[in-house]
Amino acid sequence: MSFKKLALALTGAALLAAPAVSSAVAAENEQFIPSLVYRTGPYSPNGTPVANGFADYFNMLNARDGGINGVKLVVEECETGYNTAKGVECYERLKGKGPTGATAFNPMSTGITYALIEKATADKIPIISMGYGRTAAGDGRVFPYVFPLVTTYWDDATAIIKYIAGQEGGYDKLKGKKIALVFHNSAYGKEPIPILKKMAAKYGYKFSEFPVQHPGLEQKATWLQIGRRLKPDWVILWGWGVMNSTAIKEAAAVRFPRDRMVGVWWSGAEQDVLPAGKGATGYTASTFHGAGADYAFLKDIKKYVYDAGNGKGKKENVGQVLYNRGALNAMLEAEAIRTAQEKFGKRPLTGEEVQWGLENLNLTAERIKEIGFEGFIAPLKISCRDHVGGGKIRIQKWDGKKWVWASEWLESDRSMVRPMIEEAAAQYAKEKGITPRDCK
Amino acid sequence: MAFFLEVLTGGLLTGVLYSLVALGFVLIFKASGVFNFAQGAMVLFAALFFVGFIDLGVPVVLSAILTIAVMILLAYLIERLVLSHLVNQEAISLFMATIGISYFLDGFGQTIWGSDIRRLDIGLPQDAFVFGASVLGDDIFVNELDVVAAVVAGALVAVLAVFFSKTKIGRALRAVADDHQAAMSVGIPLRSIWMIVWAVAGIVGLVAGIMWGAKLGVQFSLSLVALKALPVLILGGFTSVPGAIVGGLMIGAGEKLAEVYLGPVIGGAIEDWFAYMLAMIFLLFRPQGLFGEKIIERI
Repeated sequence: MSFKKLALALTGAALLAAPAVSSAVAAENEQFIPSLVYRTGPYSPNGTPVANGFADYFNMLNARDGGINGVKLVVEECETGYNTAKGVECYERLKGKGPTGATAFNPMSTGITYALIEKATADKIPIISMGYGRTAAGDGRVFPYVFPLVTTYWDDATAIIKYIAGQEGGYDKLKGKKIALVFHNSAYGKEPIPILKKMAAKYGYKFSEFPVQHPGLEQKATWLQIGRRLKPDWVILWGWGVMNSTAIKEAAAVRFPRDRMVGVWWSGAEQDVLPAGKGATGYTASTFHGAGADYAFLKDIKKYVYDAGNGKGKKENVGQVLYNRGALNAMLEAEAIRTAQEKFGKRPLTGEEVQWGLENLNLTAERIKEIGFEGFIAPLKISCRDHVGGGKIRIQKWDGKKWVWASEWLESDRSMVRPMIEEAAAQYAKEKGITPRDCK
Repeated sequence: MAFFLEVLTGGLLTGVLYSLVALGFVLIFKASGVFNFAQGAMVLFAALFFVGFIDLGVPVVLSAILTIAVMILLAYLIERLVLSHLVNQEAISLFMATIGISYFLDGFGQTIWGSDIRRLDIGLPQDAFVFGASVLGDDIFVNELDVVAAVVAGALVAVLAVFFSKTKIGRALRAVADDHQAAMSVGIPLRSIWMIVWAVAGIVGLVAGIMWGAKLGVQFSLSLVALKALPVLILGGFTSVPGAIVGGLMIGAGEKLAEVYLGPVIGGAIEDWFAYMLAMIFLLFRPQGLFGEKIIERI
C-alpha cells in the first residue's frame, strides 16, 4: 500500500469513527429511560396515548431545557402488547442499556408489575406503577423498589364512596343504599372488593358484585340484572378497554342514570365514553389528574415537540385523559431524577440512585406550579415508608364533549387504607421471607 | 315473568348478532372445508375501512360500496397469493394460512387507519323501546339496535339462501363443497369459486362489522367477536346457513339466561364460558351440529 492510499484509508477511518466517538461521548451523558408500551392488541387504543404522553414529555424536556441539568433523556420503547411474558422479555432486554442502565420501569400493566417485582428488586431498578399494580407495594419497608405513586385502588375506592356519600348528603345517608360494583373479572378488577365490603359494614350500604369476563364485549345479562332487577342507587365501574364503553352503553339501554355511575380512573377516558355516544353524557369517573390541554406543561409539549414535528401522536390528542396520564408518569420520573441528581451529582444515574430520588420526592404546590402542572395534580410526598405519597382524587364528569370537574380534590380514607396496605405487605413479607426495612 | 321474557328477548337478539359473524365462517367452510380463522379480522378490517371512508367525508352508501370493493380485492389477493398455492393441500395447511391472514389483516388495517377507537354513527337507533306493561305487569326493554340487527341478519340469510339454491354460482358453490375434484372435473373453476366465496364472506363481515361497530365503536376488539361465533358454529353446524342462525339464537338466549339465573349461584361472569360448555355438551350427542352434514366414511 502506498503512503497516499494509507493516508486516505486513515482519513476515511477517522471520518467514519468520528460520529461514533462523539455519540459515545454524548451517550455518556444520557439517562436511559425504558418505556414498556402496548401500541398493538386489544388494548392499544388505551396504550397508545399513554405511551405518546410519556415520550413527548421527556422529548419536551430535552427540547426546552436540554434534558435534566444537561443530562439528555433517551427514551426507548418496547412493545408488550399488554402481555406479561413480553413485558418480562422487554425488561430483560432494556434493563442494562444506557451508560448507567435503566432509570426505572413503568410496566403499564398490573400483570407485568407483579411479574417484575422480585426481578427489579434484585436488580435495584425502581418499578413505577402509577395508579395500578400491587397496592401493598405502598409499604416501602417491604417493597423498596416498587412505587405505586400518587394513589392506589384502595384509596380510590374510599374516595369514590366519599363522593357518593357527599352526593347523598353524608355518610349516615348511605345506610340501606344499594351500591353495585361492575368489575373486570381479573386481579385488577377484584382489587377494590375487600375495602368496599369493609366500608359496607361500616356505613351500612348493601354491596353487590357483578363480574364481567374479559374482554367484556357482551354485558346485556349483567345490566339487565342491575338496571331491571336490583336497581341500585349507585354503580361503581371497575373496567378496562372495551368493557367500559360496553358497560356505559348497556347502562343507557336499561336507562340506568349515568350520573349515578362512577368509574375507576381506568374507566374514565375519552376512549371509554366516545363509542357510547350521547348515552355517556353525565357519566362520572375518578381521576388523580386533570383532563384537557389547558395546562402550561402541555402548552410546552405542543410548542417544543409538536410544532417542531417531533410529536409521537396527533397534536389534537394532547390533553386526552390517557395522554395526560402518560405525561404525568414521565414528570414523576423526571422529578425523581432531578431529586436524585441533587444528592448524587448532575450526571446519568443508576436505578439505585433514582430509587433514592423517588423515596425523597416532594412535590409541593409551589413545585407543581413551577413545572407547569398547577391544578393538574394535588401535592404528594413520598418517603421510605410510604411509596404512594397521599395524592388526592377528583371526580370528573363527561358532558358529552369533554371531561369537566364534578368535585373538589377528595382525600382518601388513609386511616382505613394504610393499615390494610401494611397488613397485605406484612403478609407478602412473611410469604417471601423478607425482613422489612427500618425506615426510621 | 316480564323479566324472564326481557332476558330471553335480549338473548335471542344478541344471538342474531353472533349469527352474523358465524355466517362468514359457514360460507367459507361450505365452499372449501377451511375453518377461516381470519373471519374476525375480516370483520374488523371491513369496519375500519367503512368508518375510515366516512371519517374522510365520503357518504355512507358510497363508503359501503368502496368497502365492498376493498373486500372483493382482498378476496382476490387472498386467492391469488395464498390459497392458489395450497390447492389439494391438507385442510390444516389452509387453516394455518388463515391464521397468518388474520394477523396480517389486524396489523395492516390498523397501520392504515390507526388504533384509535372510531365511533360509527350512521343513524342506527341506539335507544330501547318499552312495551308489555299492560299485559305482563312490568315493562320489557328491547334494544332498538338489536332489532335492526335481527332484521338485517334475516334479510341476509334470505339473500344467501336464494343465492345458494337459485343461482348458477350458488349451485357451483354447493358442488365444490360436496367434492372439489368432481366439481373441477365437470368444469367448475375452483379458484374463481373460492374468490367469490371469500368476497361474499368479506361482505357478510362488513355487515357484522357495521352492527358490532355501531354497538362497540370500531376498534381492535371487534376482531374478538369471532370468539363468540365458535360455539354458535358447533351448535348450528359448520356447513349450514340456517344452522348459524338457530345456533346463534340458542347460544344468545342460553348464555343470558344462564348468567341471570345460574350466575348468582356460582359467582357470575359465566356468560362467556357457558356458551362453550353448551357447545361441548352438544358435541357429545351431535358432533355435526344441528344442521351440519353427517359424515360417514367407509374404511
